[in-house]
Amino acid sequence: MTDKSLSEADAPKIKFFEKARRIYPKDITGTFRRLKWAVMAVLLAIYYFTPFIRFDRGPHVPSQAILIDMEGRRAYFFMFEIWSQEVYYFAGILILAALFLFFATSLFGRVWCGYACPQTVWTDLFVKVEHFIQGDHVARQRLDKGQWNFNKIWRKVVTHILWIVIGAATGGAWTLYFTDAPTLIDQIIHLSVPWQTQIWIYALTASTYIMAGFAREQVCAYMCPYARFQSGMFDRGTLIISYDKERGEPRGSHKKGDSWDNRGACVDCNACVQVCPVGIDIRNGLQYQCIACGLCIDACNDIMDKVGLPGNLIRYDTANNQEARAACHSKGEVFKEKNHLLRPRTIYYVCVMTLVCAIMLYSLLGRAPFTLNVLHERNPLFVTLSDGSVRNSYKIHILNRNLHDQTFALSVNGVDVKSIKILAATEVEPEKLGVLADSVGEFRVTVAAELPSKEVRRDIEFVIRSTSDGSEARTKTMFIGKAQ
Amino acid sequence: MSEQNKPEKDKFSGVETTGHEWDGIKELNNPAPRWWLLVFIICIIWSIGYWILFPAWPTIAANTKGILGWSTKQELSDNQRDLQAIRGKFAEQLAATPLQDIANDPQLFEYARQAGLASFKTNCAACHGSGAAGGNGYPNLNDDDWLWGGKLDDIYHSIKVGIRSTHKDTRFSQMPSFGKDGVLKPDEIKDVASYVEQLHKGSAAETNEATARGAKIFADNCVACHGATGGGDRNQGAPRLNDAIWLYGGDKKSIIASVTNAHAGVMPTWEGRLDDDTIKALAIYVHSLGGGEK
Ligand code: SF4
Ligand code: SF4
Repeated sequence: MTDKSLSEADAPKIKFFEKARRIYPKDITGTFRRLKWAVMAVLLAIYYFTPFIRFDRGPHVPSQAILIDMEGRRAYFFMFEIWSQEVYYFAGILILAALFLFFATSLFGRVWCGYACPQTVWTDLFVKVEHFIQGDHVARQRLDKGQWNFNKIWRKVVTHILWIVIGAATGGAWTLYFTDAPTLIDQIIHLSVPWQTQIWIYALTASTYIMAGFAREQVCAYMCPYARFQSGMFDRGTLIISYDKERGEPRGSHKKGDSWDNRGACVDCNACVQVCPVGIDIRNGLQYQCIACGLCIDACNDIMDKVGLPGNLIRYDTANNQEARAACHSKGEVFKEKNHLLRPRTIYYVCVMTLVCAIMLYSLLGRAPFTLNVLHERNPLFVTLSDGSVRNSYKIHILNRNLHDQTFALSVNGVDVKSIKILAATEVEPEKLGVLADSVGEFRVTVAAELPSKEVRRDIEFVIRSTSDGSEARTKTMFIGKAQ
Repeated sequence: MSEQNKPEKDKFSGVETTGHEWDGIKELNNPAPRWWLLVFIICIIWSIGYWILFPAWPTIAANTKGILGWSTKQELSDNQRDLQAIRGKFAEQLAATPLQDIANDPQLFEYARQAGLASFKTNCAACHGSGAAGGNGYPNLNDDDWLWGGKLDDIYHSIKVGIRSTHKDTRFSQMPSFGKDGVLKPDEIKDVASYVEQLHKGSAAETNEATARGAKIFADNCVACHGATGGGDRNQGAPRLNDAIWLYGGDKKSIIASVTNAHAGVMPTWEGRLDDDTIKALAIYVHSLGGGEK
């Protein structure tokens, strides 16, 4: 019997899951907190107001400055217009964004995460709401532990309602980028939003509510792939949030008036831990969860101020500096901080970004206002006509990117043309191919010509010339004759 | 004993290890986060719901049907019904619009063309080829030469009644078998073939005694149908002989064969097998291939 009770006591407690620890970050004021509010205000303003910027592109074309028109397969960005066959521009933008992220990370560590990431921005907003309705971190903790009573119920209900309202505003604003914004606002007011749009609004509302209300720092720690490889962008010159062990240790509580001799500056007040939105203790060194938000700096500076010591016990610092500082201390020298923003790594990122930008701008600005695509029809390859000449058929597409209707004259070079015909319901002259503004004109064309016998194939060229300004577009194709 | 069964703890983290070891690295037995476990459980519940709602498990005879009664076959027929509803509008329009007027409505014209193309591939491609380029004995429908006329109505009529078909109004014409029936002697046929060859080659071909003799034979036997200059006669489906397009070959050997034995290709009647709207659509399609006449 004793045996059994022994083994029972020894048996490890089986844990089927790790319950997420709810983090109750303490509210703080300070330089970095103010910076974070400012960044949030700017980002949210951009997010919510850009869809309402108008940009006149003339008739037939939407006049929303930034619009992704799924149905029309166009994306508009001020004076630029991207067609669906040009999605590589989006790839370019994504590459640029990634490079910029790497660049910022190599300079300041995970600052994107701390200040600009939507997950952080909305979580911050949600925590602020929580704080506003349910009180500070201690009050919130007490409320969660306490009995369900009227006080708890109304505070919780109001918090969640506000969260959902913010979530809906977020989801709603997202759809504004994909449709005419004023129209959608009008539809929302009149409750006549198309169901496709509604689905997006609901889904994004739900995801905002869940991600910013519940998942929070777990997204940064478990879901975000960036957390896993950001250390690849760090080097010893990267500014990371660090606790100055040299100065802080040995830590311990400190009463007013006590001497500071033989002890560190850290009073072990845990303020830095309490404010941390990801719930870590930065004094243990750099950890992958740290999003470089700087709130612990604010917290500690506050404390240092109170105890009358110089601030910056926790600060943005580089590994190089830390080492150098330690070395100076041990030698008793005065340490001078050196931060090199220009390092081979950062210079490399800047070069690559400039290159990608240049390529994109070059190809965007050098884009022809219209292009011609020609497809030679293969069934049949050619047709013999009564007079012995040979006829080939082609399908041509004229991509008119101009914001006005255009007429084009079609001609063929490289072969002795007998006739060019446009096959259509009604007669269309090859000298007058009309293509509407901002659209693709599709035509079936036959070209009849005489090829010297024995010549089976010849390279020819299609030319379209705009009748308004004489500019041209050309495309090479082939003309097939019969083997005799 | 109990010492050995005790799970090993990792020195640094104080977490149990799983007891597995690879190259000196031991796996920690950390529990999964709760959200992860929840998602896992939700997936399981989801799949059970899926089994109940949709066809899932094979049984000996067939498979479980699922209470929604969904099947790919049902989905297909639903899709087809929806498609029919979309096409219905055009189909009605096509039926109501006279053949000549279809081209006035570009959308309807395109519908008719596509419907004609689909029907052509099923019914006509066997003889005329999928690109309508024909072959030896089967007319090329892309070119500008027509046996019975290339206007919309002519094409429509040809498809409807066929050529030498079983239709009561079918067109019928027969070239005599000049050789087989002994109307012309082999030498005469050779001469007339030389003349015909020269007819379509024009000035490029040489004129000689044989062609001169052939001209006389042609004038006596062939002009009634093929015309004095070999221009053919569409009223009786007599081919043009002075052009570059040949149904049975334009070289001398082929011409001799044609005159000797004569050909009489058959095109079936499509009336009764295809509805009138489909025949209209086919006529539009063939006319739009590039050889259609106004
Ligand atoms: S440790 Fe400091 S900088 Fe890092 S996440 Fe926590 S509060 Fe922000
Ligand atoms: S806030 Fe500063 S003083 Fe307080 S525990 Fe953190 S490092 Fe130490």
